[in-house]
Amino acid sequence: MYSDKVMEHFANPRNVGEIVDADGIGKVGNPQCGDVMWLYIKVKDNIITDIKFKTFGCGAAIATSSMITELARGKTIEEAKKISRSDVADQLGGLPAVKMHCSNLAADALKEAIKDYEAKQAAKGKPA
Amino acid sequence: MSASELKRIYFDHSATTRVLPEVEEAMRPFFLEKWGNASSIHSFGREARAAIEQARKQVANLLNADPAEVVFTSGGTESDNLAVKGVAMYKGKMKGHLITTKVEHHAVSEPCEWLKRFGFEVTYLPVSSEGFVDPGEVERAIRNDTILISVMMANNEIGTIQPVREIGMIAHEKGIPFHTDAVQSIGKMHVDVKAENIDLLSLSAHKFHGPKGIGALFVKKGTKIEPIIQGGGQERGLRSSTENVPGIVGLGKAAEIAKRDLEHTCARMKNLRDKMIKHVPELVPRAYVNGNKTRRLVNNAHFRFDFIEGEGLILQLDMKGIAASTGSACSTGSLEPSHVLLALGLTHEQAHGSLRVTLGRENTEEEVDILLEVLPGIVSKLREISPFSAERPMGPGEGASCVQ
Repeated sequence: MYSDKVMEHFANPRNVGEIVDADGIGKVGNPQCGDVMWLYIKVKDNIITDIKFKTFGCGAAIATSSMITELARGKTIEEAKKISRSDVADQLGGLPAVKMHCSNLAADALKEAIKDYEAKQAAKGKPA
Repeated sequence: MSASELKRIYFDHSATTRVLPEVEEAMRPFFLEKWGNASSIHSFGREARAAIEQARKQVANLLNADPAEVVFTSGGTESDNLAVKGVAMYKGKMKGHLITTKVEHHAVSEPCEWLKRFGFEVTYLPVSSEGFVDPGEVERAIRNDTILISVMMANNEIGTIQPVREIGMIAHEKGIPFHTDAVQSIGKMHVDVKAENIDLLSLSAHKFHGPKGIGALFVKKGTKIEPIIQGGGQERGLRSSTENVPGIVGLGKAAEIAKRDLEHTCARMKNLRDKMIKHVPELVPRAYVNGNKTRRLVNNAHFRFDFIEGEGLILQLDMKGIAASTGSACSTGSLEPSHVLLALGLTHEQAHGSLRVTLGRENTEEEVDILLEVLPGIVSKLREISPFSAERPMGPGEGASCVQ
C-alpha cells in the first residue's frame, strides 16, 4: 500500500533528531489520527542550513517527515515556505488516500518552524 | 536484502491461515471431477450431495452438534449476519431488544447497528480492563422484550475468552436465544455447543486451515430464525444459493483435523504464546500485555509499547520477514484506533502502540526466538524517532488524544 519511496524513507529516515540551539521549532499534531511531529531548523543568511525531526506516527508520518528535511535543507526561507503538502506526497511517489490528510503533517511543521524563526527574529529586532 | 530473500515468518493467524495440504487434497476432486450441483437428482448431483453431508457431519462432530443443526454460509461474517438479523426479524417482527458487547467483531456490531434503523434497540455491554464481560451485567441488561444475546467466544484482537457457558445459562433461564461468534476459537479451544449452552454459533473455515469463502452457522434445533438470503431453498431454507461444494468439503476436512489435532496443537501454541508473554515485557522496557495472561486464546499474544505507533512496528517487522498485525486501525485503512482496545480503557495513544502476534499450528519455537531477538531493536529504533520518552512523555492535548 505504500510506494517504494515511502518505504525507503521509513526504513532509513534522514535527519532524525533534535537541534539544541535551533533557530525555529515547529510542533504539530493531528488529533484525528494521533500523529505528532516536531521539526527543528537552523538558519544562516536566510538559508536553512540544518533541519531535524522527531515524529510519533505511522509509516507515512515518518516518511513525510524525512522527505521534508531533504526538500527544505539548503533552501531560502522564501523557497521553503512554498513547499506544500502535495509536494511532499509527490516526492514520495504518492500516499494512500486515507493518509493524505492525516499523516501528511510535514509541510505544516515546516511552516510552523519558519513562523517560529521569524517571530524570534522579530523579537531580536532584526528584519525577518 | 529484500523481504522475498528472507525466510518469512507468519504470525498473523487471526487474519487467515494456510490451507493444509490434506484439506486441499480433499477439495481437489470437486473442481474437475465431481463438479455436480448437489440439488440435482442424477449421479453428478448425488456425489456432490454425499460430500456435503459428509462435511456437515464433520462440522457437527467438531461442535458436539447434530448434523441437521449445521448451516453452511459464505463465512464468519455471513454467519454472524444470519444469526443476528435472522433471529431479530423472525416472522417479520420488527422490534425488540438485543444484548451484545463493546468488543464484538464488526460482523456482529454492524448488523446490530443496522437493526437499530428499523426500531430495534441494542445494549452494548462494557468489558473489564482485561476485556471480560461480566455475566451479571448480561443478566441485569435483560428486558421483557430481549430477543437475542450475542457474546463472542474469544476476542479476535486480544484473545480474551468470555464466560460463554455462564452467559448461555442465563440466556436459557430467560428463554432468550444465545449466539456466540466462535470464529477465532475453533482449533484453539474445545468447543461444545451443548455444554456451553449455545443456540447459535458462527465459524469460518479459513481461520482454521480451511479455504476462504466458506463458513457455517450452528443453529440449535427449535431456534426461531428467518433466512436473510432467499432463493432456491438450500440449507433447509435457511441459506439459499447453490452449495459451494469444494469449499464445504474443505471446511469439513479442516473441522475434522481441528478436532483430531486439538490437544497437541493447542499445547504447542500455548507454550510459544507463554514464552512471548513472559519475555517481551522483560526484553523491551515499557512494554505491556493487553488482555488476561492465561484466560486467552492459546495462539494470541497482544502487546502495547509506550511512545511508538503500531504501524511502524508492523512495517519494521515486515522488513525482517515477520508478518504480524496491530491494534492500531491506522494500518487497516481506518484511522481510528481499535474499538476493542478503547473498550479496555486504554487511551488513544496507548491503543495506537499495539502489536498482535497470532500463532498457528505450524509456527516453531525458532520463529518465536527470532521475533524476540529482533523486537527490542525495532522498538528502540522507533523510539529514537519518537519525540516522546520516559523523560518526556506525551502531554495532554499533544495530538494523540484522537477525539472525534
